Amino acid sequence: MYTIGEKKATREAYGAALAEFGSDERIVVLDADLSPATKTGTFKKEHPERFFNCGIAEGNMMTIAAGMSTCGKIPFASSFAMFAAGRAFEQIRNSIGYPKLNVKIGATHAGISVGEDGATHQCLEDIGLMRTIPNMVILNPADCNEARLAVKAAIDHYGPVYLRFGRLAVPTIFGEDYRFEIGKGVQLADGKDVTIIATGLMVSYALEAKTVLEEQGISARVINIHTIKPIDRDIIVKAAKETGAIVTAEEHNIIGGLGSAVAEVLCEECPVPMMRVGTRDEFGRSGVPAKLFEIYGLDTKTIVEKAKEAIAKK
Amino acid sequence: MNPTMLNSLKLSAANVRKMALEAVYNAKSGHPGGALSSADILTYLYKVEMNANPNNSKDPDRDRFVLSKGHASAGLYAVLAECGYIPKEDIKTFRKADSYLQGHPDMKGINGVDMSTGSLGQGLSAACGMALAGKYDKKDYRVFALLGDGECEEGQIWEAAMFAAHYKLDNLCAFLDFNGLQIDGDITQVMNPTPFDKKFEAFGWNVVVIDGHSFEEIETALASAKAAKGKPTIIIANTTKGKCVSFMENQASWHGAAPNDEQYVQAVSELDEYIKSLGGAI
Repeated sequence: MYTIGEKKATREAYGAALAEFGSDERIVVLDADLSPATKTGTFKKEHPERFFNCGIAEGNMMTIAAGMSTCGKIPFASSFAMFAAGRAFEQIRNSIGYPKLNVKIGATHAGISVGEDGATHQCLEDIGLMRTIPNMVILNPADCNEARLAVKAAIDHYGPVYLRFGRLAVPTIFGEDYRFEIGKGVQLADGKDVTIIATGLMVSYALEAKTVLEEQGISARVINIHTIKPIDRDIIVKAAKETGAIVTAEEHNIIGGLGSAVAEVLCEECPVPMMRVGTRDEFGRSGVPAKLFEIYGLDTKTIVEKAKEAIAKK
Repeated sequence: MNPTMLNSLKLSAANVRKMALEAVYNAKSGHPGGALSSADILTYLYKVEMNANPNNSKDPDRDRFVLSKGHASAGLYAVLAECGYIPKEDIKTFRKADSYLQGHPDMKGINGVDMSTGSLGQGLSAACGMALAGKYDKKDYRVFALLGDGECEEGQIWEAAMFAAHYKLDNLCAFLDFNGLQIDGDITQVMNPTPFDKKFEAFGWNVVVIDGHSFEEIETALASAKAAKGKPTIIIANTTKGKCVSFMENQASWHGAAPNDEQYVQAVSELDEYIKSLGGAI
């Protein structure tokens, strides 16, 4: 367990959870020469006999994982999101998604918060890519406690799961009593004027935005969508009906990610004014994460602005 | 190999070829050339070599087979039908919308298919994963794969080749169906992936080169694979694309085309003549 307020990267929780739940002999961990960064090294220390380095060959690693899963293993194949969802998309699609194999993809260093490494390593497309694959479950935890629970849920779920973790230390926001269920969004705060639907590290900014809005006399509901797919349609529709305006917030391109998924639900079931916070169809760049969040509008200030815009459109 | 067994294998392979053609003809599409070139290898594997049972095809201790060149599916389905995994009458439903016999092998719906393949370059990796799992579990099963020669232009084949040698997967044996032709023509003209023997040797594999239409040589090569400890084996099988159908032999155009009525009748009559010469019933 991580203490509320403690700042730690979700990739740390990923490695620790693999080590913690790794006593299950079916679990094997594959990495592509990034174990100190993806934190699968933590598992390797505990269970070296079930850790397999695949070298810098991500496509091969995904299909190796597929083959191992047909023999009863639960492989966690890890790399940076860019090289997992990006480079190995087709292997994931054809060798894991299509045969519905029990492979878990542990993708770290997702989003712009990778920072100084720059655009080539800042994956802002992975949710969109993974969302198009039938059978795929997509989990995007907001803090370390949620990341730990997501790993456990992925082990307990039969079938392909894409887990998205970050490089940057983020505040722990969920306590001991927090419950995690695949496909179930979590309402973190109630409100009546607008709903902020956030995922990943944007959840803590969404909670901050609620406080700012409150000071300005606006009552915002906050929902954490940790499972992008299958998305919790009920919680979204209920929020649209009860608050009449929606803002989504994600560390991802506004094309293809949470914003798109929520828009699809709203358009079909309950159209209400909606605004999206995310990168706006552009590549990232090098810089410290805090500065990049400011440049690309992934912050409390932008969520507040978009919330007001959405309300104005009612 | 005793003459009775040899004759019976030849008969089975001829029937497999006939069924593969029946599949492609009825589908009006598919890939006959590579199905015919690999028919003898597939027949030997399923009839003789592999420890696998059609009535217990999910047995965790069974040998596995991965058709890395998934487009030769008509050949694989024909062998599965010949060996009792699927009903022979289903062969003519190949590639049809109401059939489970997908254009490329689908492990979810077809008894005896151990891995879904079709996207070239991936099957060998999947076979490596199975072999690694077997090593970890200290199981005795073996894993076989069939690669295309053109397929070896895919970089992932060499990633898998590195992996298999690195993890000393001596429970893995891959066949290379070296018929020399791919869609756009001679493989050495399209993008030369040869020399296969030196390449696999340099990657740390046990390399055996055979005539892929000789059951005796297939038998000997598989014995060599079993005896090779600490490294995977590649059996480079020199084959003829379109083997046993005169007008399809060594023609790249028969990589992915279905015979018309007249061509089908001729192909079947050639195979029937061959079957009769072996003393078989048609």
